[in-house]
Amino acid sequence: MWEYTDKVKDHFLNPRNAGEIEDADGVGEVGSLACGDALTLYFKLDENKRIKDAKFQTFGCASAIASSSALTEMIKGLTLEEAKKITNEDIADFLGGLPKEKMHCSVMGRDALEKAIANYLGEEEKRVEGEIVCECFGVTDQEIERVVRENNLSTIEDVTDYVKAGGGCGSCHEKIQEIIDSILGREHPVKKKPAKLTNIQKIRMIEETLEREIKPALKKDGGDIELVDVDGNTVFVRLHGMCATCSKSQVTLKHYVETKLRELVLPELEVEEVQQ
Amino acid sequence: MKVIYVDNNATTKVAPEVLQEMLHYFSEFYGNPSSMHSFGGQVGLKLKEARAKIANLIGAEPDEILFTSCGTESDSTAIRAAIMSNPDKKHIITSRVEHPAVKNLCEYLSKNGYRVTFVPVDREGRLDLEFLYRNLSDDTAIVSIMWANNETGVIFPIEEIVQVVKERGIVFHTDAVQAVGKVPVDVRKVEVDMLSISGHKIHAPKGVGALYIRKGTKYSPFLIGGHQEKGRRGGTENVASIIGLGKAGELAIDNIGKESVRVKHLRDKLENEILKRIPNSMVNGDTENRLPNTTSISFEFVEGEAILLMMDEFGICASSGSACTSGSLEPSHVLRSMGVPFTAAHGSIRFSLSVYNTEEEIDYIVEKLPPIIARLRELSPFWKA
Repeated sequence: MWEYTDKVKDHFLNPRNAGEIEDADGVGEVGSLACGDALTLYFKLDENKRIKDAKFQTFGCASAIASSSALTEMIKGLTLEEAKKITNEDIADFLGGLPKEKMHCSVMGRDALEKAIANYLGEEEKRVEGEIVCECFGVTDQEIERVVRENNLSTIEDVTDYVKAGGGCGSCHEKIQEIIDSILGREHPVKKKPAKLTNIQKIRMIEETLEREIKPALKKDGGDIELVDVDGNTVFVRLHGMCATCSKSQVTLKHYVETKLRELVLPELEVEEVQQ
Repeated sequence: MKVIYVDNNATTKVAPEVLQEMLHYFSEFYGNPSSMHSFGGQVGLKLKEARAKIANLIGAEPDEILFTSCGTESDSTAIRAAIMSNPDKKHIITSRVEHPAVKNLCEYLSKNGYRVTFVPVDREGRLDLEFLYRNLSDDTAIVSIMWANNETGVIFPIEEIVQVVKERGIVFHTDAVQAVGKVPVDVRKVEVDMLSISGHKIHAPKGVGALYIRKGTKYSPFLIGGHQEKGRRGGTENVASIIGLGKAGELAIDNIGKESVRVKHLRDKLENEILKRIPNSMVNGDTENRLPNTTSISFEFVEGEAILLMMDEFGICASSGSACTSGSLEPSHVLRSMGVPFTAAHGSIRFSLSVYNTEEEIDYIVEKLPPIIARLRELSPFWKA
C-alpha cells in the first residue's frame, strides 16, 4: 500500500478540473499507454493573458491523477511566466508530498505544463535532446541531469523514482551513476550526442504508422494487425483475420510492415509476429 | 467498514479452527520438540501428526514432507537441492510465468554459471510444451514448472510434463502453492519429485511452508544446522505454525469439494456479471483449465492501482498486475509473457476468492465496480465512449 497524504486521496477521489477544453489555447500531452501513465493538460487564457481555465485528462495511478488535478488548481490565475516557474517539487508540495517512488507523477505534471505552454507559444515540439540512457522508458541523459540537479538526487533509486530511468531492465544503472557522479563531482560534464527517439516517441510513431499506413492496406485483404509490445528495437505484433491464417504472413510482415516501419519510424526496427 | 476480501491468492485468513489449535503451543506447551523430556516430546508428537496431515493432503508419505518457513524457501530448497546434488549439470528449465520465488532465483542462477531456459506461454497463458520438451537435455539438472499460475489461475498439465521429463531421468519440481487446497493434488498420480506448499495460502498462518520430496530423490540441504527434519533443514521448528499448517491441511481436504462447486460458482458469477456490465473488459488466461477461485480481468484504458484504490473506498480488497501497484514500473511479467496488450495489462485486476466469500459480497462488488471503471475512463485521455 502506498502511503498517500489525505490531500492526494482527496484530489484522486474528487479530481478538480477533469475534462477537456475544446478551444484550448495550449495543450500538452505526455506519457503513453505503454508506459502506464499519460496526461493531457489544457489551458485557456483570459484577455490579460492569465490562465483562466485549466483541465486535464489522465490515465494512471492515484498519484498521477492527483498530481494532474493539483496542477490545474495551481496554474489557474497565473501568467504563463509565473506558470513556467512551477517545478515538480511544487506539485508534490501542494499535495503534502508524494511517496518517493511516485515522484515521477509530479515530473509528468511539470512536463505537460511545459509542453502546453510551448504549444501556445507556437514553439516546435522540442526534439529530445541528449542521448538515451534508459531504453526501457526512453529517458535521456539531459532529462536525468535536470532532475538530479533540481531535486538534489544522489542515488540511482532516486532517479528511478523521479523519471523512471533505470526501473526496467536495469542495464543503464552504470550510466545513471556516471551522470550522478559527474554532477556531484561537477568534473566531467556529460557530452551531448545527437538526438535520438525516446521509447515513448518511438512507440507512438509505431502506433501511428500502423494505424495510418499499415492497417488500411491489410484490411483490404481482410486482415488486421495489433501492436503487442515494443522491446528495444523489436516490434511485436499479432495478425488477425486473413493475415493470421495466410501462409504468406511471414512474408507480409518482413517485406511490408517492417519496410514501412523502417521507412517511417526508425531504420533499425525489426518486426516479430506473436502467435495467436 | 466491512472488508470484502477477494485477494486470497495473496494471502488467506487463518481459519478459526487453525488458530484454536495453535494457541496452546506458545505459552502452554512451549517445549522443544527435539528434547528428551516428555514436556518437549509431546510437542514432537504433534509435529508428527501435522506431518501426516500434510502428507495425506497430497497423497505422500509423512517422511516425504519437510517443513519450511514459506513457499519461497520450499522453492529455493528444491531447486538448489537439485543443482547441488547434480553438480555436473548446468541447465535449468522453468517457465516465463513463474512466481518471483522461482523466476528470480533462476535469473540469479543464470548469472552464476547456469543456463536457464524459460518456456514461453501463448495468449491464453498455456505453456508451449513442444518448446519445453525440445529443450530437455542431458545437461538439464531440474525442470521447475508451477502447478497453477498465481495471477491468472491457469493450471498447467503437470501430469503430462512429469511423464516426459522423468522419462529422461531429469528431476521435476512444481511450485504448487496456488494449487494445493484448491484443486486435487496427488503425488501418487502425478509423480513429481518435489512440490512446494505455502501455509498462508491455505488458511494457515504466514511463516510456514512445506516441501514434498519424493523418496529416493537426491537431496542436499539449504539450511545447514541441527538435526531437525532429519538433517534436511536445520533450525528449531516453528511449532505452533506447523501444527496450524497440519490443521489447515485437514480442512483443505474438505474445502476442495466446496472450492470446485461453491467458490467456482461465485467466481463465475463475479466474472460473468463484470464482463456483462463493463464494456472493453476481458478475462486473461485459459478459462478451461483454471483454478476455481481466480479470475484476472482487464479493463482497457484505465490503470489498475487507481481501480484498486477506488474499490478500497468500499472495503473491496483485490490486486492488480499493473506497474504502479508492484512498486516496479512495468506491468506483470505474466501478462506481458502472454502478450496481453498494454491497453489491457495496466488495467488488470485479479479477484481471488475463498470458501469464506458469500454471494452477497459478490453482488456488492458487481454493483460497485462498473461506476468505478466508468469514472476512471471519463478521466482517461484514451477512452472514447
